[in-house]
Amino acid sequence: MDGLINGLYGIPILGILIQFIGYVVHIVPDISPLLLQAATPLALGALCGVICERSGVVNIGIEGTMLASAFVAWIVGVAIAPLLPADPSPIFGITPTLLIALAAALLTALLISLVHAWLSITVRADQIISGTIVNIAAFGITGYLFQLIQKGSPTSAGAFSAFTPPAQLVQIPIIGWIFNMFLNQGPIAMSVIVIVVVTQILLFRSRWGLRTRAVGEHPRAAETVGINVIRLRYRNVLAGGLLAGLAGAFLTMEASNSFQTAMTQGRGFIGLAAMIIGRWTPLGAFGAALLFSSSQAIAQSITFAPPGGDLGNILTAIPAQAYDMLPYLVTIIVVAGLIGRSIPPAADGQPYEREAAT
Amino acid sequence: MTAAVPAAAEDRASRTTLRRIWAAVGLPLVSIILALFVGAIVIIASELLVGKGGLDLGLPLNAYGALFQGAFGSTDALVQTAVSTAPLLLAALGVGFGFKSGLFNIGAQGQYLTGALGAVAMGVALAGAPAIAAVPLSVLAGMAAGAVWGFIPGFLKATRGAHEVVTTIMLNYVAISLLAALVAGPLNTPKSISPVTKDVGNASLPVLIGSNGHLGILIALLMVALVWFVLYRTTFGFEVRTVGANPDAARYAGMHPRLLTILTMTICGGLAGLAGAGDLLGVSHQMTSSFSTTVGFDSIAVALLGRSTPVGILFGAILFGAMRAGAPLMQIQAGIPAELIDVIQGTVLFFLVATPVIGRFRFLRGAHTGLDTTQITRSYGEASR
Repeated sequence: MDGLINGLYGIPILGILIQFIGYVVHIVPDISPLLLQAATPLALGALCGVICERSGVVNIGIEGTMLASAFVAWIVGVAIAPLLPADPSPIFGITPTLLIALAAALLTALLISLVHAWLSITVRADQIISGTIVNIAAFGITGYLFQLIQKGSPTSAGAFSAFTPPAQLVQIPIIGWIFNMFLNQGPIAMSVIVIVVVTQILLFRSRWGLRTRAVGEHPRAAETVGINVIRLRYRNVLAGGLLAGLAGAFLTMEASNSFQTAMTQGRGFIGLAAMIIGRWTPLGAFGAALLFSSSQAIAQSITFAPPGGDLGNILTAIPAQAYDMLPYLVTIIVVAGLIGRSIPPAADGQPYEREAAT
Repeated sequence: MTAAVPAAAEDRASRTTLRRIWAAVGLPLVSIILALFVGAIVIIASELLVGKGGLDLGLPLNAYGALFQGAFGSTDALVQTAVSTAPLLLAALGVGFGFKSGLFNIGAQGQYLTGALGAVAMGVALAGAPAIAAVPLSVLAGMAAGAVWGFIPGFLKATRGAHEVVTTIMLNYVAISLLAALVAGPLNTPKSISPVTKDVGNASLPVLIGSNGHLGILIALLMVALVWFVLYRTTFGFEVRTVGANPDAARYAGMHPRLLTILTMTICGGLAGLAGAGDLLGVSHQMTSSFSTTVGFDSIAVALLGRSTPVGILFGAILFGAMRAGAPLMQIQAGIPAELIDVIQGTVLFFLVATPVIGRFRFLRGAHTGLDTTQITRSYGEASR
């Protein structure tokens, strides 16, 4: 019964989402791939949050993890690009350089997550403080190195290119834009939908998922039936970290081909909000990320092609910068409107202490 | 025989006092030293990475020397340290006040920006008015704007259960856009090349010492005393601390955690807003659309370093204020980017919470370990129950 009510509650958001996307795609037909692109790092960040928090570890260091791996992806690419063959493969423009850079980014994310896991699981430090440490340190170290490296004005190692879906598919009336949205993408953005679905199934239909949820709700009970709470939490934080690293790599290897100081611009935090809006489920979080990116797009489409009449006059009179706050406002409104019904895992944020062996 | 007893007792008493001082000071001190050491390693490692001919092992010493000189080396440097300490102190008092009641206010950044925005709006309007009216009104306007930015997440948490970590971060970004929109729109100076507000004129804070040692420094110091008094000598402060230590006990004792949440967040916002107002009216006097600050994250680090107590925060703020003031000279003389300060900050916090690392130092036995005062994740995402 509760599940049904929860499910019904999600429908208004779906409605808002569909109207948003519908309006945006109607105004600017080619924008649909951009919607998924903007949602990709948010969705990956939110998935990182889902995997961590379902096992009871709060991770607000997603932002920092993302930033650090974005930096490493870029700098490793720049460093090794001259040493390796540069002719890109026909699909996605993959080069050996990019693959190594991607691996380096994921490794960085793993290491950072290991620090967070150690502080919040083994040391049992306050998990929000631990995440804040990750954020501050990542901001500092990337900004520091970027300042130093910038003097040498490094080039870029290139980026993954987007796949071009067949024109017949894209031009199908009414639903063509959906194909365009999911197929006219680089490898990371395209894989997001797969990752979301796989995580959703694993979380609710696999042994790992059941154990994760048990540990997040009642670690002591889980330990009693023989689940190693500590090890599972470590694994989940590391797995989540990989996704945050992928989001970081996306920023410097697919969405753009260079690094900027503090370029994540709060995407990790928005991902956390998306996780809450999506009620700690991968599919819900993905929907929330799309909601966020489409409210960003709606702001842009208003400046591109404002609606006519008085409404248009009012909307264009507002300075363009004011529209930048729209996605954040939407997030606040949805979080404030939802959270009473959006209940986190019971042991979320609670350090677990094993009972002393007797 | 009988005469020796009081002497021994006195000796024991003084030793306990020493131990208490050590408990409060030892861990932060060791953390800072370790963090400076890590910073030195980062400098040397980055030399290897960037590789500009040869490895200069003395570079960290040069960098820290320049940092120290830039912070304390001359009267101007000292004034500069005071000027950069003041906003940190105010914002960190706000963050620490939140910690005391179990709230994590990451929104100091946004509250600082709206505070500066409120101050510049009022200041420009009163630029021609007599200073005796313009200054206090502008300061109050900034404080009120910051307080509103703190009230919103407090209200949303109390009524809707929206966690303040999410809402304050979102409000930080809203504040950036709001500021850019207002500076480019209604507050813009006509015919300026890039968006910038007019000068605040008579609303500028009077300079008390050196080239720009403004009144805001004094206000910040007064606030330390005021916050200490409110926290430890008033019923309200007692309730705030009780809610932070144990919300259930507070409720059974007839306190109102929700109301306290709203009030606490509003006060946090007001203090951070005051920081922004002080910087704007005392230092920059006008606002560009890219007006920004590092106070947001710095103040969290300061509040944690000072264990959320006003006196601890004062010392933490002086430390980080000095680093911020010295960073430009470090950048010029040693070529070390100012972002090193953020690295050191993150590392200080790391050592503060990493008890197994700290535990290896035997001499730290007596010191408090970890940030055990309040567990701020307790209320994470908790529905409005």
